[in-house]
Amino acid sequence: MAKKFSQEHEWVELEDGIATVGITDYAQQSLGDIVYVELPEVGKKLVKDGDAAVVESVKAASDVYAPLDGVVVEANEDLDVNPALVNESAETDGWFFRMELSDASQLDELMDEAAYKDFVEGL
Amino acid sequence: MADHQTELLKTALYDLHVELGAKMVPFAGYDMPVQYPLGVKGEHLHTRAKAGLFDVSHMGQVRLTGENRVAELEKLVPGDIAILKPGRTRYSTFTNDNGTILDDLMITNAGDSLFLVINAACKDDDIVHMRANLDNGVALIEIDDRALMALQGPEAANVLVRFSPSVAAMKFMDFAEIDIAGIPCFVTRSGYTGEDGYEISVPNDRAAELARKLLAEDEVEAIGLGARDSLRLEAGLCLYGNDIDTTTTPVEGDLNWIINKRRREEGGFKGSDIILDQLANGADRKRVGIKPEGKAPAREHTPILNSDGEEIGEITSGGFGPTVDGPIAMGYVAIEFAAAGTKVDLMVRGKARPAEIVDLPFTPHHYFRG
Repeated sequence: MAKKFSQEHEWVELEDGIATVGITDYAQQSLGDIVYVELPEVGKKLVKDGDAAVVESVKAASDVYAPLDGVVVEANEDLDVNPALVNESAETDGWFFRMELSDASQLDELMDEAAYKDFVEGL
Repeated sequence: MADHQTELLKTALYDLHVELGAKMVPFAGYDMPVQYPLGVKGEHLHTRAKAGLFDVSHMGQVRLTGENRVAELEKLVPGDIAILKPGRTRYSTFTNDNGTILDDLMITNAGDSLFLVINAACKDDDIVHMRANLDNGVALIEIDDRALMALQGPEAANVLVRFSPSVAAMKFMDFAEIDIAGIPCFVTRSGYTGEDGYEISVPNDRAAELARKLLAEDEVEAIGLGARDSLRLEAGLCLYGNDIDTTTTPVEGDLNWIINKRRREEGGFKGSDIILDQLANGADRKRVGIKPEGKAPAREHTPILNSDGEEIGEITSGGFGPTVDGPIAMGYVAIEFAAAGTKVDLMVRGKARPAEIVDLPFTPHHYFRG
């Protein structure tokens, strides 16, 4: 499935019923050098627009919100060792966590890539 | 601070910042560069490795004249200003009657006057405070026609010498009124990074010209406020408003060294009864360095707990130190927990994370003492 995007600058990619979530390239560029990512524990229930993770740059800590309802099934442990992976490849290897969705229809509320691009240009 | 209705002020280097691709943010009423395309981490590491150029024109520059200027200023600061020889600079604080800190500042004996550099966010209040308290013929002159820039890093002297040979002989905290690249400047060998370097006061109408010349040198990159903050935190230097303010005394702030023997004996500065009592009998709390274990930074206002889970203090500056390559912080703890090596916990997002009290600075100072 093609990626979907939230107004909070998260991306979601659904594959075999599991959604991979990360922050967008635009988000990592705005944050600058990322030095720490606090990921949710496996099994944690996430609520759409609720706190999911924290990403820290040299300057500041920023919250990352859950783009959808669901349960965390995997966190990207590579980010513990190398948080700069988010800067290098935000929308591929720098993914944050994977979740099992409670309601896949929520995906329809997110933007497709073209709509997100327009959204970012309007900021 | 400027309110939201007020348009942000611009320094003489504003157009250059924009041209260099800086990300501009409001800071103390000014539109200032927080970072350039190199990024905070890159700018920080570059300054420690070579040389960085900072625009600090938002800070206040003031001259005090009148033959009683030294004695009058000593009423407001705990430092020994009388002992300062012409061409020497020292760090001090304005204190109030409670013994707490109104601002920190640099004081230079410029021969016929005292030259002061004060914080941007405090400068209006500082000037009111000085005008209200400096008597006996002391005049205060606000210098608003000069920009201020800092050239910092191990290559700073090598670079600046190309434009003014005499800066090589200056030592840490020396001051000179000299031409740099033919431009009349006030130069202090000092800074806010822990590195060797200079602070250069330059006429507004020639500031961009000088900045461009310095930036054209291979070793020099433009550095924003983001790296300025991480550099000073690694160097263990206080940020006014975070690490010292009107709730902290110089003794609590671990700034005893700014109060020398004569002032300890004589007192006679605002709040001296309280401050001298703390010097003699100790304060209840102290500013310390804090090294979080692991990788998670602990930011300002993070509660500090003892091993019983009781709150013993708070972080006042915290973040990531690019040179240390890990999280670093400073803050205040109850005096019985202030010794280096004391284990504490930091309450970050509801989770207690282990940390240790450490000596400051996190990175050694490299001042040029000749």
